[in-house]
Amino acid sequence: MLNRRDAVRRLLADRGGMLVVAGLGQPCYDCFAAGDDPCSFYLWGAMGGAVPMGLGLALAQPERRVLVVTGDGEALMSAGAFATVGAEAPENLAIYILDNERYGETGGQVTHTARGADLAAMTAAAGIPRAQTVHTEAGLVDALDALRSGAGPLVVVLKVAPESQPGALPPQDGPHLKRRFRRAALGVEDK
Amino acid sequence: MDMEDWRDGIFEAIKAAGVTQVAYVPDVGHSRLIERSIEDNDLRAVSLTTEEEGVALLAGAWLGGAKGVLLLQSSGVGNCVNMLSLARTCAFPLVMLVTMRGEWGEFNSWQKPMGITTQAHLELCGAACYRCDRAEDVRETVEMAFRLAHYTNSIVAVLLGQRLIGAKSFEAPLSC
Repeated sequence: MLNRRDAVRRLLADRGGMLVVAGLGQPCYDCFAAGDDPCSFYLWGAMGGAVPMGLGLALAQPERRVLVVTGDGEALMSAGAFATVGAEAPENLAIYILDNERYGETGGQVTHTARGADLAAMTAAAGIPRAQTVHTEAGLVDALDALRSGAGPLVVVLKVAPESQPGALPPQDGPHLKRRFRRAALGVEDK
Repeated sequence: MDMEDWRDGIFEAIKAAGVTQVAYVPDVGHSRLIERSIEDNDLRAVSLTTEEEGVALLAGAWLGGAKGVLLLQSSGVGNCVNMLSLARTCAFPLVMLVTMRGEWGEFNSWQKPMGITTQAHLELCGAACYRCDRAEDVRETVEMAFRLAHYTNSIVAVLLGQRLIGAKSFEAPLSC
């Protein structure tokens, strides 16, 4: 099975001006482990917020590539937000779901993706036709290109191994994360 | 200008505040504002599946340099509770315009549990709340809400009372 850290590192190694919103838990740690960047916003809570937050950012910055990196549990909690993304259809938004079929932060309980729920099918049916599930290395290579530059909105559900990863904790200070993001992305100096 | 409709007053206040994203859940009290927002080429009116989406959407908008407003009913405030931790923890400005149910003239008992606790919920979540029950107060209150939220990086809610909006009712007489 594919390794989540490797799959995120390969995407973010060549991120260019990409703006990143990472969902709570492992996706945050994966993005931080790939290399901290002021244009990465790490959610330490607000479960279900990553996709709508990425949408608001994508609508505000239509010329920039916006990437949401999240997990299957977080994505399931915001199932309705995929319909909102489908309705708004921002071409610059890509959503990368690392699906280990587990709630990794709470003891590894299985999510509904281990029991029949298909996030790519759900998001396609919600109005995001460019949605796919990737299981293989060959599929990942193509998916990384799509996530970087394919026409959005698009969803890649990457099936990854449910294995523990080395610790990698990003900054937790919310106002700091916000200010550094706006400084780097917009050139704005907030108070 | 005299006798400005308070609904248009909200729209003018939104425009004056520099808002470009209007996040909403469909609502009778906000219907005129929603229609005007959809028609305005400088506004992106985003229909949500649940109100909490709007809290996160507008945090993302702010990260991208865009100002927003969230239009919702009092019942939807309950849906926002955990997501408001995003705005509070990260000090994202957030203006919520809440049309009230479950109070003045309400006929539907199912609206009452959220209606009578809306302000308490919001205040527990760290929001400053300002009520409007008179049309002449609305525009100024909404203008003030934007100033306060944007200057102090905080959550500000304006509660638009059912006395102002007009209580919803069924045409048929009550059978009780």
